[in-house]
Amino acid sequence: MKDPKDTRVVIGMSGGVDSSVAALLLKEQGYDVVGIFMKNWDDTDENGVCTATEDYDDVVRVCNQLDIPYYAVNFEKQYWDKVFTYFLDEYKAGRTPNPDVMCNKEIKFKAFLDHAMSLGADYLATGHYAQVRQNGDKYEMLRGKDNSKDQTYFLNQLSQDVLSKVMFPLGHLDKSRVREIAKENDLATATKKDSTGICFIGERNFKEFLSEYLPAQPGNMETLEGEVKGKHDGLMYYTLGQRQGLGIGGPGEPWFVVGKNVKDNILYVDQGYHNDYLYSDGLEASDLNWTSGEAPTEPFTCTAKFRYRQEDSAVTVTPLEDGRVKVDFHEPERAITPGQAVVFYDGELCLGGGTINGIVKNNEYLTYVG
Amino acid sequence: MKSIYFDHAATTPMRQEVIDAMIPVFQDVFGNPSSVHSYGRKARKLLDDARKTVAQSIQANEKDITFTSGGTEADNLALIGAARANQHLGKHIITTKIEHHAVLHAAEQLEKEGFEVTYLSVNESGSVSVEDLKAALREDTILVSVMYVNNETGTIQPVAEIGALLEEHQALLHTDAVQAYGTIPIDVHALNVDMLTVSSHKVSGPKGVGALYAKEKISLDAMQHGGEQERKRRPGTENTAAVHGFAKAVELMQEDQKERLTSYRQFKQLFVRTLKESGIEFSQNGGRINVPSIINISFPGTNVEQLLTNFDLSGVAASSGSACTAGSVEPSHVLSAMYGEGDERTVNSVRFSFGLANTGENVQEGAQKVAQIVERLTKTT
Repeated sequence: MKDPKDTRVVIGMSGGVDSSVAALLLKEQGYDVVGIFMKNWDDTDENGVCTATEDYDDVVRVCNQLDIPYYAVNFEKQYWDKVFTYFLDEYKAGRTPNPDVMCNKEIKFKAFLDHAMSLGADYLATGHYAQVRQNGDKYEMLRGKDNSKDQTYFLNQLSQDVLSKVMFPLGHLDKSRVREIAKENDLATATKKDSTGICFIGERNFKEFLSEYLPAQPGNMETLEGEVKGKHDGLMYYTLGQRQGLGIGGPGEPWFVVGKNVKDNILYVDQGYHNDYLYSDGLEASDLNWTSGEAPTEPFTCTAKFRYRQEDSAVTVTPLEDGRVKVDFHEPERAITPGQAVVFYDGELCLGGGTINGIVKNNEYLTYVG
Repeated sequence: MKSIYFDHAATTPMRQEVIDAMIPVFQDVFGNPSSVHSYGRKARKLLDDARKTVAQSIQANEKDITFTSGGTEADNLALIGAARANQHLGKHIITTKIEHHAVLHAAEQLEKEGFEVTYLSVNESGSVSVEDLKAALREDTILVSVMYVNNETGTIQPVAEIGALLEEHQALLHTDAVQAYGTIPIDVHALNVDMLTVSSHKVSGPKGVGALYAKEKISLDAMQHGGEQERKRRPGTENTAAVHGFAKAVELMQEDQKERLTSYRQFKQLFVRTLKESGIEFSQNGGRINVPSIINISFPGTNVEQLLTNFDLSGVAASSGSACTAGSVEPSHVLSAMYGEGDERTVNSVRFSFGLANTGENVQEGAQKVAQIVERLTKTT
C-alpha cells in the first residue's frame, strides 16, 4: 500500500456533518484528500438560484477549514435517467421503490466513482456508516459499528470491484462521536441538522411532489371481500401497512392498506395492525448482488432486512434459476413491500441483496399486493 | 507544484507598479474628494488625473467618464440607466445572446419593467451579424448593446459597423469592452459608440473599480441615490486609491500593449502547436477574428468538469462557461448560441486566457499537462 500522502482519496461531500467529519479523518490520516460536491437534481428556482447552493457553501467552508481542494460535479442527467426514471416507473407499477439503493448503485458508486478515478484517485470515500474489510484477496462489507445508523441496507448492490476502491471513514464510529469530532474541530457543519427523506424531495410534501410527475388517478378503497370503504387519491400515494391518510372512520380497529390492484385501480384496506392479510411467510427477489462476487448455489440460512432500520429476521435463502432467490421467513413478517430491497447478513457481514418482487404465503404468491 | 495561470479573462494579477502607486494613496491621500479643504483637493486631483488617463486611453473626453465599482455596475448603469431615462422614445432594446451576464441579466430586469428585448444570435464563429441587427432594428428601439470582444471565445464583434449603421437612428449604442480593453485599440469616435464599459481588474489593476464612458449629453437614470459625485451618475464617496491604481494600470497597459500582444499571439500559437504535437483530438471554438489573449478549445470525448478538476489538480488554472451557485459548471450560453443547445462542444470546451502571468516556458508546460490529461481521459473512457 502506498504512503497516505501519495494516496489520493476523493471524498463525496454533501455539506452534511457526516461527510465533513469523514473528510477531516482522512486529512488527519495524511491522505491527499479532494472534496467533491455532487449535484444530482436541478432545483434552480425562478431567480436562477440552485437550492443546492447552501449545501455547496457548507462544503466550501469545511474544505477551507481542512485546507483541501474542492470541486463540484453535475450528474443531473445520469440521475434522471438511472434513478428518477426508475423511481417513477416503480410507482407507476404500484410498487414502492428505493431510490437511495439505486442512487448508490448507479450514481455514487458508478458515475461518481468513475469521475473520481478519472481524477487520478486511488480511493473513493463517502460518509456512509458501513465498513470495508480486506480478507485475503476479497473485500467484505460490514455493518457500521453504530448499528442504529448502519447504512449497508442502501449499499447492498456494491460489487467486489467497487468495494476494493471505497473507504468509509465513519464505519467504526458512533454517530454521537461524529458530532463530537465535528464540534471539537469547530467544523462549519457541526450543528447542521441531518437531512431526512428522499434527497430530491427534501422537505417538500411527498404527495405534491409526486403529483407533479405522475397523474394521480383516484379510485375506490375496498376490502378484499369487495366492500367499498371510500376513495383513494391515487395508488402511488399509499404503501403496504400504512395507516395514515385513509380517512375511514367507524367502529372497531383502525384501518390499514393491505394491498393494491393496479389493473382496476383499487386500494385494498382492512382493519387491525396485525391483520392477517398483511402477513406473509416468504418472498421472491430479483436483481441480486452478492458482495463476495459469488452467487450462492445451495440454500442457506442467514438474517435479512426488508426495510431500513428494522431488526434482522432469520430467513432461509434458496437460489432459483436466472439468479433470483426465494426467501423463506422463519417467522411470519408484516407488510413486506414489493419494490423495496431485501438485504442479507451473516452476523456483521453484509452478503448482498436484491429487489422484492413477489410475496409468498402458504407457498403461493399473493396477488393482492401489487 | 508550481501553478500555471491561464485565466486572465477572469481576472489578472496586479502589476507591482500598481500596488506601489496605491499604497501612498492609502497612507497620505485619505481626504474625501468632495471636501473643500486641502485634504479633499489632494484626493480630487488624483481622481481627475485618473479620469484623464482613462479617457485618453479610449480617445474620449474626461467629462464622459464615470467611475463605477467595476464592469458589472458600468453595464447595469448603461443598460438600465439609459433605458429608464429614454423610455419616452420607445421601449425596444437589442442585445445579443453571447453577452456577459452583467448585460444579459440587466436586460432581463428591463423586460420585467416592461421593455421588449431582442436577443440576437451568432453564427458558428461566434459573430453577431450586422444584417441581423439591421433587421431587428425598429423605430422604437432606444438602445443597442453589443460586446466588443466575447469573454469566452475572444471573438471580436463588428461594433464599428453597428456604430455606423446606428448613426442616423435614435438608438444609443453601448458596448461592453471589458475584454477588448488592453487587447485591441479602442477609439470611441471611430466605433461610434455612445457608451462603453471597461474594468480595472482585467488589465492588472485593482478589483472594485471600472468605468463607463457615456457622452455627457446622454441621459442616464442613476442606479444609486446620494451625493453629487460623478456628475450624479454614480453617487458615493469615490474609491480614490483604487481609481488611482486603475489609472496606473491603464498607463502601463498602453506602454507595453504592442509587446504584450505579440507575446500573447506567440503563446497562443505555442499552445496550439504543443497540443497538435501531442496528437490529441481538439478543435478551436470561435472564428478567425479574435484577440490573441483568449483561446477556447473543445476536447471531444471529455467533459468540462472532469477537465477543469484534473487541470487544477495538476496545477493548471483555466475556466469555462459559468458556474452555477452550487459550483457545478453549466453548459456555456455562448457556445450554446454558436452551436445550438445540446451540442457536445458546449460541455467539453475550456477557455485558456493568456496574460502577464505567462511565459513561453509555462505556456508550453501547461499545454503539455493539458495534452497529457486529455490523452489519459480519452483513453480510459
